[in-house]
Amino acid sequence: MKPVSVPAVVIIALVPASLAVAIAFGSVDLGAARLADALLGRGDEIAREIVWGVRAPRAFAAFACGALLALAGALLQVLLRNPLADPYILGVSGGASVGALAAILLGLSALGLHLSALAGASLAAGSVFAFSLGRSGWNPYRVLLTGVALSSGFGAIVGLLLTLAPSSQVQGMLFWLLGDLSPAGDPTAALVVLAGCAALAFSQSAALDVLLLGEDKARSLGVAVTRLQSISFGCATLATVAAVLLGGTIGFVGLVVPHLLRLSGIRGHRLLLPLAVCLGGSLLTLADTLARTVAAPTELPVGVITALIGVPALLFLLARSR
Amino acid sequence: MLRASALKLNVGGRELVRSLDLSLAPGECWALLGPNGAGKSSLILALAGLRAPQAGAITLDGAPLAAHRRDALARRIGVLLQDETGDFWGSALDYVLLGRYPHSKSAWARDDEGAARAGQWLARLDLGGRLEQPYRTLSGGERQRARIAQLLVQDPDVLLLDEPLNHLDLRHQAQVMQALAARAAGGKTVLMALHEPGLAARHCDSAVLLYDAGHVSLGRSGDMLTQANLETLYQCRLEATGPQGFIPS
Repeated sequence: MKPVSVPAVVIIALVPASLAVAIAFGSVDLGAARLADALLGRGDEIAREIVWGVRAPRAFAAFACGALLALAGALLQVLLRNPLADPYILGVSGGASVGALAAILLGLSALGLHLSALAGASLAAGSVFAFSLGRSGWNPYRVLLTGVALSSGFGAIVGLLLTLAPSSQVQGMLFWLLGDLSPAGDPTAALVVLAGCAALAFSQSAALDVLLLGEDKARSLGVAVTRLQSISFGCATLATVAAVLLGGTIGFVGLVVPHLLRLSGIRGHRLLLPLAVCLGGSLLTLADTLARTVAAPTELPVGVITALIGVPALLFLLARSR
Repeated sequence: MLRASALKLNVGGRELVRSLDLSLAPGECWALLGPNGAGKSSLILALAGLRAPQAGAITLDGAPLAAHRRDALARRIGVLLQDETGDFWGSALDYVLLGRYPHSKSAWARDDEGAARAGQWLARLDLGGRLEQPYRTLSGGERQRARIAQLLVQDPDVLLLDEPLNHLDLRHQAQVMQALAARAAGGKTVLMALHEPGLAARHCDSAVLLYDAGHVSLGRSGDMLTQANLETLYQCRLEATGPQGFIPS
C-alpha cells in the first residue's frame, strides 16, 4: 500500500476550506467579529440569518451539486470507456431543461417546475436505458449514441421554447440553461442522494478497476459485469438528476474533475471516486462564491465560472503531462 | 475436470466446430492448433464460459458452467484473451494484481500474499525491474508477459490461453512454455492456442487440431503433430528444416 499522496491530502483539506470561504464571503461584508458571533449562534439576527439561512444552505447546495456531477462523470468515463463522457451525455440535463422551460412558459410554481424537470430527466434516462439494455447486458456504445441523439433533440426543443417564450421569461430560462445555484433552496435531499450514490459507487471501486480490462476479461475474473454496469449507470443517472434539479446545467465539473485527478496521478477508483466527490464539491463551492461576489450585487451564472476555470486548468495539466 | 460434450460453435453464420467432445483433466497440457479463423478463440471463449455454444454442454466437475457462481468460477477457470480492450492506468504491478480480484475478500484489505506472488511471477518472466513502470509504456512483448503473469497470479485450476506466445521473442517463448508446462505438471489443466507446432510438440502432451470445415481431431501430441496432419491442417506443404532450423530449448 502506497502512502496517501500529497494531492489527496490537499483535496481533502479543500472541503472544509471551501465551505468556510463560501460562508465567510458574500455580497454583504459582515466583518470578522459579527461573522464569528453569527457562526456561534450569537449576535444580531440579521447576521445569523445571512450565515445560517442564506450562505450555509447555498454553500452545501453548491458542494452537493459539484460532488454529484464529478461522481457521475468519473463513473460514466469508465463505463463508456470514453474520456469525453460527462454527466450530461445521458441526455438527462436536456430532458430536465425541456421540462423546466416548459414549466416556466406555462407559469407553473417552483414545485411544478421541479416536478416537470424531474419528469423530463426521467424520460431521457428511461429512453437511454430502454435502447441500451439488451438480453446480453449493457451496450455502452448504444448508451453513448442514444444519449447524444436525445441531447441534440432536447436542444432543438429548448431552442424552440426560447423562441416562443415572451422576452420577459427568457432571462429566467437562460439562467436555468447556464447553470445557476441561486434558486437551489434546501440542499438536504441532494446531500442524501450524494451520500447514497457515493457509498454505492465506492463499494464497486475494485470491480470498476477490473472493468478497465474489458468486459470479457472482467467476467473471467469474477466480476458480475451486467450488475456492475446497472449499479453504476443507476448511480450516475441519479446523481446527475439530483445535480440538475439543484443547479441546472453546470458544465465542466463532471468532465474536468475526474481528469484533473487522473492527471495528478490518482487513477485507482478506490481513491478516484471519493476524491472526485471532494474536489468536485469544493471547486463548485468556490466557483459559486466567486459567482456571488465578483459582480455583487449582480450574480453571475456559476456555469460560466466553472467553464472559465475548468478549461484552462485541464489544458494546463494536459500540457504538463505530455 | 472441464468437459465439453457434443459442442457446436457458430460465429457469424459460419460453422466452426460441428461436434466436439473434449475432456481436460488436471495435470494435462493441451495445445490447440488450427489455421486462422478455424475457431480457436471461439472455443476458448466457450470453454471459459464467456460465450454460449450453439449446442452441446460444457461442464466443470459435472456441473454446467452456468450453474457455477461467477466469482467461484473465476477461481477455477482463467483465460488469457487474444487481445484486450482498454487502456490501463496503473503500473505493471497494479495490472498483475488485478488477477487477485477473485481471491480478495474485501476491496480495502491488504493482500500481501498476492503482492508477493505477483512480484515472483513478474521476476520469473523477466519483468522484475518493471514493477513500477506504467503498464501502457511497456513494449508489446512485455505487456504480453504481464498479462500472462496476471493469469498466473489469478492461479485458476484451468488455464485457457489464446496465443500466449504473441509478441514474444525466442527466450520468452521458451520461458512462458516452460512456466505453463510446469503449472500443468503441478496439477493444473492448461490449454493454449498456438501457431508453433515445434513448441507444442516439445511442451504439450496432448493436442487438439481444429480443421477449417468444422472437423476436429485430438489425441497425444506425438500422434497428432505429424507432417501429414499439419499439412492437411494448414493446407500447405511442409518440409523438415536442416541444422539451420532452431527452436528455443
